Amino acid sequence: MNKWENNRAWLLTIPVLIIVAFSAIIPLMTVVNYSVQDIFGPGQRIFVGTEMFRSVLHDYRLRDALWRQFLFSGLVLLIEMPLGVLIALAMPKKGWSVSLALVVLALPLLIPWNTIGTIWMIFTRPDIGLFGATINNVLGIPFDHTASPIDAWITLMLMEVWHWTPLVALLAYAGLRAIPDVYYQAAKIDGASPWATFRYIQLPKMRGVLTIALLLRFMDSFLIYAEPFVLTGGGPGNSTTFLSIYLVKLAVGQFDLGTAAAFSLIYFLIVEVLCFLFYQALQNVGKGANP
Amino acid sequence: MKKGRKKLIGLAIYFFLLLLPIYWMLNMSLRTNADILSVLTLYPANPTFENYLKIFTDSSWYSGYINSIIYVTINTLISLMVALPAAYAFSRYHFVGDKQVFFWLLTNRMAPAAVFLLPFFQLYSTIGLLDTHIAVALAHCLFNVPLAVWILEGFMSGIPREIDETAFIDGYSLPRFFITIFIPLIRAGVGVTAFFCFMFSWVELLFARTLTVTNAKPIAAVMTRTISATGLDWGLMAAAGMLTLVPGALVIWFVRNHLAKGFALGRV
Repeated sequence: MNKWENNRAWLLTIPVLIIVAFSAIIPLMTVVNYSVQDIFGPGQRIFVGTEMFRSVLHDYRLRDALWRQFLFSGLVLLIEMPLGVLIALAMPKKGWSVSLALVVLALPLLIPWNTIGTIWMIFTRPDIGLFGATINNVLGIPFDHTASPIDAWITLMLMEVWHWTPLVALLAYAGLRAIPDVYYQAAKIDGASPWATFRYIQLPKMRGVLTIALLLRFMDSFLIYAEPFVLTGGGPGNSTTFLSIYLVKLAVGQFDLGTAAAFSLIYFLIVEVLCFLFYQALQNVGKGANP
Repeated sequence: MKKGRKKLIGLAIYFFLLLLPIYWMLNMSLRTNADILSVLTLYPANPTFENYLKIFTDSSWYSGYINSIIYVTINTLISLMVALPAAYAFSRYHFVGDKQVFFWLLTNRMAPAAVFLLPFFQLYSTIGLLDTHIAVALAHCLFNVPLAVWILEGFMSGIPREIDETAFIDGYSLPRFFITIFIPLIRAGVGVTAFFCFMFSWVELLFARTLTVTNAKPIAAVMTRTISATGLDWGLMAAAGMLTLVPGALVIWFVRNHLAKGFALGRV
C-alpha cells in the first residue's frame, strides 16, 4: 500500500516511545550495568568487564537449559501449529455455535499462568488427580511427574498444548473467515479436492495470521516460566529447568546479579535473532507465493 | 455429509478434553480438603461452598481479585491510548526509520520477563511506585503496548486511505477525523486489541508478584498462601483458581460477537 511521506508522523509515535523507553530501555541499561560488575552488596561493586559473560558461556547448566529450551519450543510448535489449523478447519462457520465454540476455545487463554500450573498439578497427581489416577490405577502404568523426568516432560507438553493450541486455532480461524466465498466457488467449479483447496487457497490465505501465531508461540514458549515453576519447579533434578527458571534461580535464589544479567542479555539476544530470522523467512515465503 | 460429522466428532472430543481439567478443578473446589484426600470421585457427593465462602469473606483473599482487576484495567486503557496514534502513524505514513522502530517495538514483546525482574524492582522502588497498581500496569505495558500497536496497525491498514483523504478534503482536522470517524470504523479492532491486552495482563504473574507487597498484591500471588506448614489446602486452592477464571470468561462472553467479527476483518 502506498503511504504518505511525512516525517512528522514521528510525533504520533511519541507516547508509545516514551512508555516503552521507560519500561524497556532504562531497565535494559540497568541489566547492562549489572553484567559488567561484581556486586557484593549495596555500595560494594567492582568493574569486571566481560568476565561475567565468559563465565556464563562456560556454564554447562546454562547450555543444558538452552538445549532443553530449544527441544521444548520445537516440540510445542510441531504439535500446536498443525493441531490449531485442524481445529480451525473443523470449527462451525455460522450460527449460534460459533460464539459458543469461540468462548470455549478462548477459555484456557484467560486463565492466569500459575492457575494453569495449579490445574495441571491437581489433574495429574497420582492420588487426587483424574489423569494421574487413571493412568496409574486403571491402566496400571506408573506415572508421577515429580519423580520421573519423562513423565514431567509429558505433563508439561500436555499442559502447554492444552493451554496454547487455542491461540493458534483462533488466529487460524480468523484467517479462514477472511477468505471470500468466491474462492471456494471457483475451487468447486474446478473440481478441486479438499486437500488442493487447503493447499492452494486456505493455507496461502492464512499465511499472515499463521506468521503471527508462530512468532507468538515461539516467543512465549521460549520464555515460559510460571507454569513449569508451579508444576515441577524445574525438577525432578534439573530436567525441566528452562532458561527463565534458571535465570530466576540465579538472580533471586543465589543473588548472583552479574552472572544473571550477563545471562539475561545473551538470552534476550537469542530470542531476538531467532524471531528476526523467522519473521524474514516467513515474509520471503509469502513473497514467493504471491508475486 | 459423512465428512462433516467426522469433523464435528473430532471437535467435540477436543472440547471435551479442553474442559476436563477445568471440570476437575471445579469438582475439587466444591469439596472439603478431608474429602478430597480420602476418596477420588468423578463428581462432588456432598457439594460444599465452604471454600468459596472463605474467599468472599476474607479481605486478604478477595482484595487480590480487586487489585488484579484494577491494574489490568489501567493497563488496557494506557495501552490503547498510546497505541492508537502510533498504529495510525505506522499504517498511514512513511517516515525515517519507521520499519526499524516497528520491529524494535516488537522486540520488547520478546523480552524475557525474568530479565527485567530486578531492574524493574529497582526502578519502581527508586521512584516510589512499588506496591501500587500503576506500577504493575506500567510494567505490563512492556509487552502489551507493542502488541496493541501491532494488532491495531493490521486493522487500520485494512481501511482504505481514500476515507482519510475524503475527510481531510471535507475540512476535518486529524484529531477530529481520528476520533469521530476513524476509531468507530475500527471498533472491532479496538475490541480485539483490548481483549488481548486484558488477557496478557490478567494472566501475567512474574511482574505482578515482584512489584507488589501487600496493597496491590494480585490474586495469583495471594493463591500461594494455600501452601502452609500443614500441607496444601487443595479445596481452597481449587476454589481460588476457579474464581480467577471468572473475569476472563465474562470478558470473552461480552466480546464474543466482536471477536468473531474482529477476527474475520483484521489481520489478527
